[in-house]
Amino acid sequence: MNDLVAENLTVALGGQTVLAGVGARFRPGEVTAIVGPNGAGKSTLLACLAGLRRPDTGRVALGIEPILTLAHRERARRIGFLPQTPEVAWAVDVETLVGLGRTPHSGARGLSDADHAAVQAALVRTGMTGLAHRDVTTLSGGERARALLARVLAGEPSWLLADEPLAGLDPGHQLDTVDLMRAFAIEQGQGVVMTLHDLGVALRLADRVLVLKNGALIADAAPLQALTPAVLERAYGVKAVIVSGAWGPLIELIGRTTDG
Amino acid sequence: MTKRLPLLGGLCLIVLLLGGLSLMAGRVWAPWSAWTDQTDPRWAIIFELRLPRTVLAIAVGAALGLSGAVMQGYTRNPLADPGVMGVSSMAALGAVMTMYLSLSLATPWLLFVAAMIGACLGVAVMLVLASGTSGTITFILAGVILNTVASAGVALALSLAPSPWAAQEIINWLLGSLADRSADDVWRALPFILVGSGLMLMLGRSLNALTLGETGAKALGIDLNVTRVLLAVGVGLASGASVAVTGMIGFVGLIVPHLMRPLVGHQPGALLAPSALAGAVVVLAADILVRLTPSAAEVRLGVAMAAVGGPSFLAMLISMRRKLA
Repeated sequence: MNDLVAENLTVALGGQTVLAGVGARFRPGEVTAIVGPNGAGKSTLLACLAGLRRPDTGRVALGIEPILTLAHRERARRIGFLPQTPEVAWAVDVETLVGLGRTPHSGARGLSDADHAAVQAALVRTGMTGLAHRDVTTLSGGERARALLARVLAGEPSWLLADEPLAGLDPGHQLDTVDLMRAFAIEQGQGVVMTLHDLGVALRLADRVLVLKNGALIADAAPLQALTPAVLERAYGVKAVIVSGAWGPLIELIGRTTDG
Repeated sequence: MTKRLPLLGGLCLIVLLLGGLSLMAGRVWAPWSAWTDQTDPRWAIIFELRLPRTVLAIAVGAALGLSGAVMQGYTRNPLADPGVMGVSSMAALGAVMTMYLSLSLATPWLLFVAAMIGACLGVAVMLVLASGTSGTITFILAGVILNTVASAGVALALSLAPSPWAAQEIINWLLGSLADRSADDVWRALPFILVGSGLMLMLGRSLNALTLGETGAKALGIDLNVTRVLLAVGVGLASGASVAVTGMIGFVGLIVPHLMRPLVGHQPGALLAPSALAGAVVVLAADILVRLTPSAAEVRLGVAMAAVGGPSFLAMLISMRRKLA
């Protein structure tokens, strides 16, 4: 499988620079977390990586194929994208929602046997089989997040790009979601890229961390090398130290620095 | 999928039964015996008066039901339809323009073309006004703007009408009716309704994917530009031609998809064909009832639909508010 490569991406919105020459290479089998303060350009970067936004300059490629030259359907088969706070407009049941993940594979005649098998596999993987016939609008936040994750997994993409997949979830469901994504990367060799707010999760569960600040990458390394006190101070304007807890490294926030 | 066939089959059967009834029922009852005997005066009533009317009721109902289902699917708003979104008003404005200029009598097809251009423009303006936002408020406001502009245009045409007859013609047409339509009207409207409906029926996959919002649909590989073009041309042709041949008939596109939705598991794509058939059922049934109503002059179909549709719309709003609360 090919690397997902971003080269010199710049995006400006209404005269405001959102991305300023971001370059990065993502490898299959790796979980990468993109962190940074609000408005740093995390979501924009992810949308560019998913081929959903055309950068002003630079390009994103799967291997050597520029992503924007791929047919829409082909791109959708390779890259699964989970938007931030995804909307579900109609009161469809969980199985139907997960079946939407097969859209890039299915024809006008609806889902094939292979499509149904993939839907069932995704339901099993996310532990949603028992809720398959529940109306999505009646699910709790955690169940809904799992159903939407199953929707992406059902498409059997090579890459899973998720925008704030943990937002609004309690700690238990956050761990469930991250575990599912890690398993996806480790067992099946797929690449996972997600934007995150929780630095603790990024530190513990990502293979690699990218730190964005004002649209520029200020760190791109393994978690402990990326989330150093100096980088955190520069990115967030906070004073923090990395301490070693009983179960691994922890980030301890001390306070705001003066220029934050 | 397994539940769809009985639903579609059942709706087809009802359309056929009502179609037969529509040929028989009216001021003059025409039983089976009159159908084969060409010398019977009722034969002419059946085949020259009631057949065009029946075909048009089915076609217009299907076009309006389908347009409503497509617009609700695209906007993800159960209150969208050609009437609410101003598409019908824009079609009416186009048609009224040709009447105002007295072009419609000499070249009747011009009225159709003008109505369809108006409807396509209406959909296009709606899409532009609401582009980039997926908020339902924006769509509703776009509809309010279009309706206001189009009504103002129609009012202007009425007040400046060159003769009382032109004004009378406009008013008569605006009220919406299927009475006294000829085979010529069928041949003018039907091709456009068929083409427009065909385009709309191609939107199932995109509308299903739009359940996940515009970003979600794009991520699933849907080319939304293609979707928008199909939607604008499909709704424009079908509802424009419908308005041109019957005048304004509201609420069909609003209520029919609402009734069908629970029967197809709320999937916007699976809603399309049933909405077309159920739209045909509703308009056909309404037209038969209008004919059988004992009154001096026939009650207008558009007026009757509004009388039934208004309260239904209100009931929908109230039940939706209860669900949200």
